Amino acid sequence: MINAPLSELRRALDARQISAVELATLFLDRIDAANPALNAFITVDREGALAAAHAADERIAAGRAGPLTGIPLAHKDVFCTEGVLTTCGSKMLGNFVSPYDAHVVTLLKNAGAVGLGKTNMDEFAMGSSNENSHFGPARNPWDTARIPGGSSGGSAVAVAARLAPIATGTDTGGSVRQPAAMTGVTGIKPTYGVCSRYGMVAYASSLDQAGAFGASAADCAALLTAMAGFDERDSTSLERPAEDYARDLDKPLTGLRIGLPKEFFGPGMADDVRAAVDAALAEYRKLGATTVEVSLPNAKLAIPAYYVIAPAEASSNLSRFDGVRYGHRAAEYGDLADMYQKSRAQGFGAEVKRRILVGTYVLSHGYYDAYYLKAQKLRRLIAQDFQAAFQHCDVIAGPTSPTTAWAIGEKSEDPVQMYLSDIYTIAVNLAGLPGLSHPAGFGAGDLPVGLQLIGDYFAEGRLLNAAHRFQQATDWHTRRPAAFA
Amino acid sequence: MSRTDWEVVIGLEVHAQLNTASKIFSAASTAFGAEANRQASAVDIALPGVLPVLNRGAVERAIRFGLAIGATVAPRSVFARKNYFYPDLPKGYQISQFELPVVQGGAITIRVGEGDKAYEKTVTLTRAHLEEDAGKSLHEDFHGMSGIDLNRAGTPLLEIVSEPDMRSSAEAVAYARALHALVRWIDICDGNMQEGSFRCDANVSVRRPGGPLGTRREIKNLNSFRFLQQAIDFEVQWQIDTLEDGGKIQQATVLFDPDTGETRMMRSKEDAHDYRYFPDPDLLPLVIEPAWIARVQGEMPELPGAMKARFVEQLGLSAYDATTLTASKEVAEYFQATVSAAGQALAKLCANWVMGDLAARLNKAELDIADSPVDPAQLAGLVRRIADNTISNNIARKVFEALWNGEGGTEADAADRVIDAQGLKQVTDSGAIEAIVEEVLAANQKSVEEFRAGKEKAFNALVGQVMKASKGKANPAQVNEILRSKLGG
Repeated sequence: MINAPLSELRRALDARQISAVELATLFLDRIDAANPALNAFITVDREGALAAAHAADERIAAGRAGPLTGIPLAHKDVFCTEGVLTTCGSKMLGNFVSPYDAHVVTLLKNAGAVGLGKTNMDEFAMGSSNENSHFGPARNPWDTARIPGGSSGGSAVAVAARLAPIATGTDTGGSVRQPAAMTGVTGIKPTYGVCSRYGMVAYASSLDQAGAFGASAADCAALLTAMAGFDERDSTSLERPAEDYARDLDKPLTGLRIGLPKEFFGPGMADDVRAAVDAALAEYRKLGATTVEVSLPNAKLAIPAYYVIAPAEASSNLSRFDGVRYGHRAAEYGDLADMYQKSRAQGFGAEVKRRILVGTYVLSHGYYDAYYLKAQKLRRLIAQDFQAAFQHCDVIAGPTSPTTAWAIGEKSEDPVQMYLSDIYTIAVNLAGLPGLSHPAGFGAGDLPVGLQLIGDYFAEGRLLNAAHRFQQATDWHTRRPAAFA
Repeated sequence: MSRTDWEVVIGLEVHAQLNTASKIFSAASTAFGAEANRQASAVDIALPGVLPVLNRGAVERAIRFGLAIGATVAPRSVFARKNYFYPDLPKGYQISQFELPVVQGGAITIRVGEGDKAYEKTVTLTRAHLEEDAGKSLHEDFHGMSGIDLNRAGTPLLEIVSEPDMRSSAEAVAYARALHALVRWIDICDGNMQEGSFRCDANVSVRRPGGPLGTRREIKNLNSFRFLQQAIDFEVQWQIDTLEDGGKIQQATVLFDPDTGETRMMRSKEDAHDYRYFPDPDLLPLVIEPAWIARVQGEMPELPGAMKARFVEQLGLSAYDATTLTASKEVAEYFQATVSAAGQALAKLCANWVMGDLAARLNKAELDIADSPVDPAQLAGLVRRIADNTISNNIARKVFEALWNGEGGTEADAADRVIDAQGLKQVTDSGAIEAIVEEVLAANQKSVEEFRAGKEKAFNALVGQVMKASKGKANPAQVNEILRSKLGG
């Protein structure tokens, strides 16, 4: 049952082979056993989970179950959850209990899914390793001395170690796809605007987008279908008809044109990653797809553009954490300015402070044009590159990350090295496109490698279809870390 | 050099609170006076994860204003974040408009001064943009602490910025009054200055006539026309004194203290914030389709300028009367209701009463015309009785006072009731007047002799005696005629 795909869990619940309460208990017990080693969860909500499971059982008994009724899941701690701590991985919100649910949380509650708890993350979603969490790093179940990726590290770990069958995440520059790759699970970030951002603690508003983790593309499709949808409370939410992201899963891949950006296959990619990616692409060709070289000439500018735009928005978004109304306030302070300074100095970690400083700088009078406006221009060029590439292909493929998971502490001293690990994922956020990472084999030290698929706007169904067919023909996605079997 | 060698240059920034039911980016109520923080939603207190959603009603009011001043309503405008820390600014930024405001350009014609010295002037507007208000810090209610009330946070404001077109405090006040009347006229702002619904900031500088603009100082948050005038007058004198003493004006923001009548520096340019404006990524650019503008245009009330022209053309009023009667929406509405009840032929008489006795009485009682105890139908009833000679103008004043005091009831025929009850109907029966005249002549032989000796004054005294004897009810024209024929005979 622990390793079963959602479709099997659904059958078992509907057939009353297992109750939702029993299923939730199974996963809650696994969390209790494994979390000390993995630190995947910041908050475990056993009481709330059991109550939700009980309600799900009644709904199933009444014959009113939906696809996710009674299915346990974990939420990244960036989503506000009524009555449950929402820390965002920060001391600043270490005591914050939200009085309301994020839209995504509401949708999943309404679907009858059972929230087990809140997962670990880089503070305010800023980071690629989960080491920036105030609550300590989540650990990679394939090697607990290594990072699980970030910022949605805890959700990726929860799914990889089967502490939850599915989990939500958010992806601002790769924060779903990169940890999915590092932990050997499937993760998808939809087109910007597909999921409401209401109730997601904002990092970089024009880039933030909720995403889904699962063991397979099929599980991700089921979760994303329940998370997506227009929300009038988010002005950037897209008003489109609801979509079943699983509807095209089984479509054959014959004739699918996969674009390979030459910029993604140059130096910088580790040999073991290259080998796994090449093998996965060979598998796609066996399934009927063709590959074609494309070019994203401005992709190399994605990281500098991102590290202007995201910190600029973050510096403003995080201004509300001032110790006045909620969150951390320094115990002792002098005047008002001192209260702000001490509360924020104590409440934020080093990476958050770094990005606030960078963002404040690039928006300052006299620098705005040179940095912020320039970065916005780059952003448009990057988006245009993708549109040009999609003239020649249906999806774009490449490595999700240049390396497999690195050791905890290895890159902590050099933020730029850390930033460069997102080189393949960031451009997708700048363009607002959907992206997916799925397991593509293993590199040195039996560490998972991810393959990234990028689609045109609203091509989530196509990405999930390709990954699903790949997963029908391979078994990388079914491998489990032995220590957490 | 004397003060006359200086030219005063003033530009105004007015914050008009838009009269929407809910806030500009949240569904919370904008009603004034609720218990602290009871009208602050999750969005207004800036909880983590909340997002703004633009209130279409606020946009619609901005469009209405743009159309009323002949401005360009921008087909695309952008909301920007103005970043600064303050406890009553919950997000740490204010959502405003910066580079691309919703209303661009436009002009307002103002009338400055009284009587012969009155003149008209056109003030050009730079822009008007939508933004949210901040909350309030309460420094008095808590010992050693400050309270924060976020009820006002997120209230929609239209910030209306003029060009530096005004050359005196009188012009600045006339402009502010005209703007105040206009926003109420087109029903986008209640104009309540005590509650802060209409606040002025004045940018003031002085220069040598024809010279380059001087350095300006901005006087913040003037919430009455009187303070606006006082603050500018003080500031102008201070700047001139400073310059004539060889000093320099530093760009600064100043506050006006109504108790001392002085302005004092709040912060200098050096302390000015770097607001780090950038487009708010939570809000899409505001796109206003031509069809929306056309619909709002179709729903616009007749504007003061057009109404004034109509009063002159159709009602035969003087330009002065028409201007006075269109100075505020309430006066115009009252006047129009009075004319429509009295009949168009009596428009001039209605105008005289609205601008004359009614205005004076309201002024004395410190009442707004909308709260007048005499309603338009009642005033029309009175005017009709003057026109049909039932009562004289003098008696009408007496009837009006009775109406004001509620005598005659609340119906439209209140004037008739007062006239009947008090027997004030004018005497037009020649026989009856003749009888009175004869009595008066008999009792005032001295005056008769004086008149016959050529003293015209004595005639007026006799008229007065007749009117007095008739208790004011005799028709004055008939009294004159009969008296003259008797004396001449």
